[in-house]
Amino acid sequence: MADQATFTDVAMEFMPGLYSAALRMTRNRADAEDLVQETYLKAYRSYGSFTEGTNLRAWLYRILTNTYINNYRAAQRRPEVADVEDVEDLYLYKRLAGSGGSDPGRSAEDEALERFTDEDVKAALEALPEAFRMAVLLADVEGFSYKEISEITDVPIGTVMSRIHRGRRALQKALLNVAEARGLVGSVPGGSME
Amino acid sequence: MSESVSQDGNSDTVDADGLFGASVDCQEAVHELYHYLDGELTEERRHEIRVHLDWCGPCNGAADFEAELRKVIANRCKDRVPDSLIRRVAAAIDEESKQHHGEH
Repeated sequence: MADQATFTDVAMEFMPGLYSAALRMTRNRADAEDLVQETYLKAYRSYGSFTEGTNLRAWLYRILTNTYINNYRAAQRRPEVADVEDVEDLYLYKRLAGSGGSDPGRSAEDEALERFTDEDVKAALEALPEAFRMAVLLADVEGFSYKEISEITDVPIGTVMSRIHRGRRALQKALLNVAEARGLVGSVPGGSME
Repeated sequence: MSESVSQDGNSDTVDADGLFGASVDCQEAVHELYHYLDGELTEERRHEIRVHLDWCGPCNGAADFEAELRKVIANRCKDRVPDSLIRRVAAAIDEESKQHHGEH
């Protein structure tokens, strides 16, 4: 059993990740801040039931996810049921690889990747339907294993895998849309790019 | 057009993997790439995919790209926590602990 007095010592270091995850979930700064505060309060209250030595970080993400689903998503009439379009494997790679970079020393696709800004990637991720967004967020941004994500979201592991894989491919498509809109691909080398 | 006549009628190609006993083709390697990069394959399967990637330039290029993309996504999705939020959370926990102790 964990001692409540030690809670802030061990839990506060996870706030940057939790805050970023909250922003991707709520897509709104004020809600994200409230969600993080509620998460910490709930975690503090139930810290006595947390078994020390087990995965504190995953435990905090589970509380964050549950709080989001119960308190924030509930504000919508019903949960998002949107699906993602099925996109082929290596969708982005195949398209960026042919995009003709301007630096002959580096591959076109690596060059294109480097041009994505924080805002580009956040916008592409936030454009995914919720179930896919959560799965990709927890896997690729937070680095949780399939099993951990299954426990955090209370979703069977097979469904988790399917959502991660399909969500990633949909994210690639969203990123390509961003890249095209900003002229990062498909332009003539030495053209209008800065 | 091609002279793909084989003696036993079931082999039209012999690739490097086949010669050395590995059993992964490009389609399988690409299909399992996410599991591979996620570290979610069995040790044996991980090795088989690794062998294919070592042999196959195009698949290796794709794997490098997917790994790099993963890093870009993680690195581009970080946000600075507002100082006010850190203070808010600390104050809320402090308040909660006082209430709790006050009850006893």
